[in-house]
Parts: sequence; C-alpha cells; structure tokens
Amino acid sequence: MKALNISPSPHIRDDLTTQKIMLLVIASLAPAAIAGVIHFGLRALLLMVFCMVISVACEGLCRILMKREQTIRDGSAALTGLLLAMNLPVSLPLWEAALGCFIAIVAVKQLFGGLGQNFANPAIAARIILMLSLTSDMTHWTAPRTAADAVSSATPLVSGTASLQSLFWGNTAGCLGETCAAALIFGGMFLIFMGIVSPVTPFSFIGTVAVCTLIYSGGDLQTMFYQLFAGGLMLGAFFMATDYVTTPVTAWGKLIFGIGCGLLTFLIRMFGNYPEGVSFSILLMNILTPYIDRFTMTKPFGAVGKAGGRT
Amino acid sequence: MRRLHGVRLPHAKQTSDMAFVPLPLPQKVVLPMAMHMGVPCTPTVKLKQQVTVGECIGTSDAPFSADIHASVSGTVTALTDYRMMNGTVCKAVEITPDGEQTPCADLTVPTYTNRTEFLAALRRSGGVGMGGAGLPTHIKLDPKSKIDYLLINAAECEPYITADDRTMQEKPLTILKGIRRIMEVLEIPECFIGVEENKPDAMKILRDAAEKDPQITLAPLPPIYPQGAEKVLIYHITGRVVEEGKLPADHGVIVMNVSSIAFLEEYFTTGMPMVMRGLTVDGDCIGKRCSLTVPVGTPVREVLQYAECDFEKLDRLISGGPMMGQCLPDADYPVTKTMNAILALSAKQQRRTTACIRCGRCISACPHRLMPTELEKAYQRRDAARLDELKLQLCMLCGCCSYVCPANRPLAESNSLAKLFVRQQKEAAK
Repeated sequence: MKALNISPSPHIRDDLTTQKIMLLVIASLAPAAIAGVIHFGLRALLLMVFCMVISVACEGLCRILMKREQTIRDGSAALTGLLLAMNLPVSLPLWEAALGCFIAIVAVKQLFGGLGQNFANPAIAARIILMLSLTSDMTHWTAPRTAADAVSSATPLVSGTASLQSLFWGNTAGCLGETCAAALIFGGMFLIFMGIVSPVTPFSFIGTVAVCTLIYSGGDLQTMFYQLFAGGLMLGAFFMATDYVTTPVTAWGKLIFGIGCGLLTFLIRMFGNYPEGVSFSILLMNILTPYIDRFTMTKPFGAVGKAGGRT
Repeated sequence: MRRLHGVRLPHAKQTSDMAFVPLPLPQKVVLPMAMHMGVPCTPTVKLKQQVTVGECIGTSDAPFSADIHASVSGTVTALTDYRMMNGTVCKAVEITPDGEQTPCADLTVPTYTNRTEFLAALRRSGGVGMGGAGLPTHIKLDPKSKIDYLLINAAECEPYITADDRTMQEKPLTILKGIRRIMEVLEIPECFIGVEENKPDAMKILRDAAEKDPQITLAPLPPIYPQGAEKVLIYHITGRVVEEGKLPADHGVIVMNVSSIAFLEEYFTTGMPMVMRGLTVDGDCIGKRCSLTVPVGTPVREVLQYAECDFEKLDRLISGGPMMGQCLPDADYPVTKTMNAILALSAKQQRRTTACIRCGRCISACPHRLMPTELEKAYQRRDAARLDELKLQLCMLCGCCSYVCPANRPLAESNSLAKLFVRQQKEAAK
C-alpha cells in the first residue's frame, strides 16, 4: 500500500471557483452583447472581442514582467475587457479602446497587485479616464441601425425624447452594451438567481434612483422609468456595482453602497455638468468601500462586549 | 428567530438503511490511553497478563479522565508508546484476542441512590461523548448550575456518517430510557431531541416512541451544516446564545450525543463499560460500505479489509466526517471511542489557491458570523490583537468558510493555526 496523504479539514470543497464565477458573469452579459451587435452592427462585436483580447494580453504580459503567477485563466481580465467595451461608443477608434484596456488592466488592476487588490473597478476607472481625456470620441454616439437613418445622435439622457419602449429594447444611441435594458435585466436576474451576486446592491441602487426621480419629478412615473432605462444605470447596477473586489462584503455594506450609488447618480444627472453619473457614482463609492466595510463589520454570534470594531 | 448561517452539503448518507453488523474479531487490538478529553490514563496491566472483556486496563487518579477497558478477552502482548492523531504521545496496550470474548467476572450492574453515586458509577464506565470531542460523561453530567434543558444531539450533520442514525433506528427505547434516567437523576424538566430532517426513518421511530412522554420532544432541524455544532443546536432549539468562554451548562443546557445516551443506558442495564464502537465505513475506495460495531482498539486496516477497500486507489483515510474529520497517518491506527466514521477517499484533483476576490461567501456561510477573510489577513500579519477583536476564539473550525471559498483559500485551516499562534503568544507573555 502506498503512503497516505494528510490534509487539514475540511476535506471537501464546493465546486464553484473564481474562474466559474467570471465565466458566469461573462455569460450573463451575452444577451446585452448580442443586443449591442443587433443595434450597432458587427463593429460592436469587433470592439468587444478586441477589448477582451487586449485586456487578456495586458494581464498576461504584466504577470510575466512582474514575475508573478499567471492569472489570465481566471477570466477576470476577459470580463474587464468585455465590460469596458460595453461602456464605449461603438465608433471609438481601436487604439483608444486599447488604451482603455491598458489603463484598466495595468494601471488600475495589476499595479495594485492584481485580482482582489484593486481599489476601483478597472472598467469604470478606464471609462472615466477615456471620457475625460478623449471626450469628443467618447461622446460620439452612433444611432442604432434599427432606428431612423441618422448617423450620429444624442443619447436619450441628453435628448430626453426617446420612447420608453425603445429604451427598454435598446433601440437608442449610447454605449454599445448599455442601451438594451431588457437584456441587462435578464442577465442581472440570471446572476442573482445563480447566487453569483447579491440582489441587495442592484435593487438598492436602482430603487434609490427610482425613488429620488419620482420625488423630484413630482410623482411622474414616465420620468422615473425614463431615468431607469436610459443611460448606463442597468449595466452599472447589475454588473459594475456588484463587482466583488471593489464593493463592501456584508449585506449592510452592500445596501449602503447601493443607496450611495443611487443618490450620487441622481444628483449628477439632475444637477451636475455631465448628463450621466453612473460611472462617477460607482467610482466614488468604490473609494468609500474600505470605510463602509469598517463600519459594517458583522457582530459575531455569541460575542460578548465590543465585537468586530475598528482597527 | 433568525437561523444561523451554514452550508448545504451533499448528504451522501448511503448507509442509513444498513443495520449495524459486528466485525469479526480482529487479530489484535491497540488501546491508546488517551481516547478522551482530559488526563490520559496509565496502564494497570502487565505484559502477558490475561484480560477479559470489560476489564479495566487503564485508569487515572485525576477526576477529568475516563477509564480504558479491554474490548476483547486475551493476552496483553505489548505496552508501547503511541502517537495520537494530534501529535501527542501516550501509552497504549496491545491485546491479542483468544477468541472467547469472556466477559469480565467483576462486572456488576451498577446501582445508585443519589447523584453522587450515579456519577461515580459513570466514572467507572469509561463513557465519553461519542460525537467527536470525547468529553468524559461523568464530567458532562456534573453541571454546577441548574439545568433547564437536556438536548440530545442527533443532528449528525456531516456527510456520509450514519452511526447516530442507525443507533436511533435500532435502539429507540434504550435511548428514551437513558434520557429519562438522566432527567430523573439531574432533575431536568425538559428534553429535546434535535434531528436533521434528512433522517425521516429515525425521526418517525423516535417520535412514535416518545409520543407518550410530554417532557421529551423531537425537534426537527433543517439539514444545513453545521446543525449539530453544540452552540448552533442550542440556539436553534432553545434560542439561548452560549457566550464566548461560557459552557452550555452556564446557560442551563446540557447537550449529549444520542449514541452516548444509548451507551449510558446499556451500561446501567448490563454493567458493560465502553468497549464497542458503532461506526460508518464509506468513501469512494470502499467496495462494501457498511455500518459496523467493532471492539474499540481494532486497527482501521481490519475494518477496511472487511469493507473491501481498494488500497491501490486509497489516498486519504479520514476519521469522522469530511468537514471536520481528521486524516489518519496510516491504516494501523486503532478505532477509538470517539471515531464515528472511517472514510476512505481516493486522490482528488488538486485545486490551486488563488487571490481572495472579496466575494463574501465565507462571511455569509459562517454560523458564528465571523469574517474569515479578515481573520486570515490578520493571521498573515500575525496580529494577535486584531485576531482577538475579530473573535477568533468563537471559531469552531466547522470548515464552512473553506468549503465555499471559490479561490480555494484555506480559511478554516488558517484559523486553526491562528488559534495555536495566539496560545503561544499568551504563553510567551507569561
């Protein structure tokens, strides 16, 4: 008989892995990605595949240069690439998209130590940097092929004229993955149903925007739904604000995070200089996450006196 | 009342309808002197001495100890040092059976008129908690405060194991008599039997048997691991929270494993001390999974041979369940009083440990609502103050955090090392 192995307990593990989680999130983005291709043509597909490839390449090269364990197989870089592409206008020049991937993977993620160590959502941070530095290309919106024959157009948050129906089905101008609310809600519900993301963040985020808009507009449901389906709210709430690494770990923390995101989005949209505030609000709340975590530590069962507490 | 968190595990209770069968007498038995929590015993027999079944072969003057008895009749063939699973070394008595299984002539049915005599009789039984920790029964049943509830732990929440399940199905009346005996002597007004709902047969049998007794209630529990952890069981049945550093008895509760109750009652009717152990033999290397009663001290190898274990495929041997059980160093290790299962597992694919992605699964799986990721980071920094703040000592090493971690991080293992680290720090500070 050969020698026995010894391992500490537990001796069994759940079969959910980081890689599976990332692949499930990518899969749940597929409906919105397909909607993007339908509305904006094959260029959308090109941009998404391009961003995924460049992101994975950046991640791989970084790990080699930093002499760290290779991590491209965990799927997180591919997911970042896809999310970034879905946050870009379909007409963006490829080199600018590549720059975005570089910023996301190298500057925001790997320089802080890679997966799990970054303080901000890489795709959001990259989108904001591109937005601020290449504003004209980043706000050059193409009207969907399925809409009227206009070549360029304003986003619904600027024009304020799109029909709720076209907002729901994504038949409007905007970032290539953010326009189809139906596909994003479907993908988001899939993630919640699979237990991959907590429903607390997206629901508190969207709920806060809904309530604030409803009060601000004096109870106008039309305006409320317009604000929910227009812009990047669905993409942001279901897929960016639920990023594990850059959001709080406890349910209470997630609630505070979601409400904070919703409030900031509402304030920027209504009172700010930018028509859209989803990415800024998520980035700001990302920065607050360590503080939220510190104040929402769990109270252990059976603990006496001050438990958890502050460091 | 909020339920405590946990994880849903595959039950794998394939042996729940397999009755206990006795294992043929082994070639030899090895009886370590430390099969219980507390002071190890000292052998009271000499080499080549003849012993009979139930004869005391090891005892201790310390109150916190449990006597060891010969589980077979035969000759003492060795007195050796034995390394236990936890690394400590104790004396062990090896007996070669003569095949007669002659019971010890000195055994009498114990009688008692009061609590002190009851406990003294128990002290001689060698009885320990059969669920895993092995607390001597006469210590457990000697609480310093008033007890409101006797809880019978029949949750058996670990996968595979059905030893308690089988005991309940086969000896329901013995169990109930034992419960009444304890309630009478310790003057406990109420008893709950906590059973996980994945044991419908055992539940039905016990419910029918306890129907006429209003003081004994069956408490069905959802099959969420670790339902059988003492503090979890107490909270879910009585709503009482056992505070850190306190014992269940301080909160008016005694928890006893159901097999220990069955043993206790049999001891008080036959006088035979703890010499047999019922256990589950399962795992993917086992050809003939079974429930067995074996003499304490039987080498695990003989149990495995009986169960047609594939020794070529065998990679790890686990004493207990797959969540909290310990790996045996080799197949010659003896069956101890606390061993409720032997699992023979084949090699599994090694998974890489990757970076924590802060998914929070460990936090929402922890029954104690601890923060395993934070504990792991604090241990990596060797930050004893932070570990204390995060209530490391509440961790019962149930393994839920490690089980759910998608990055395959050894969180429970880290906590167990952290506990050792904190203890060493405290000793160094003295």
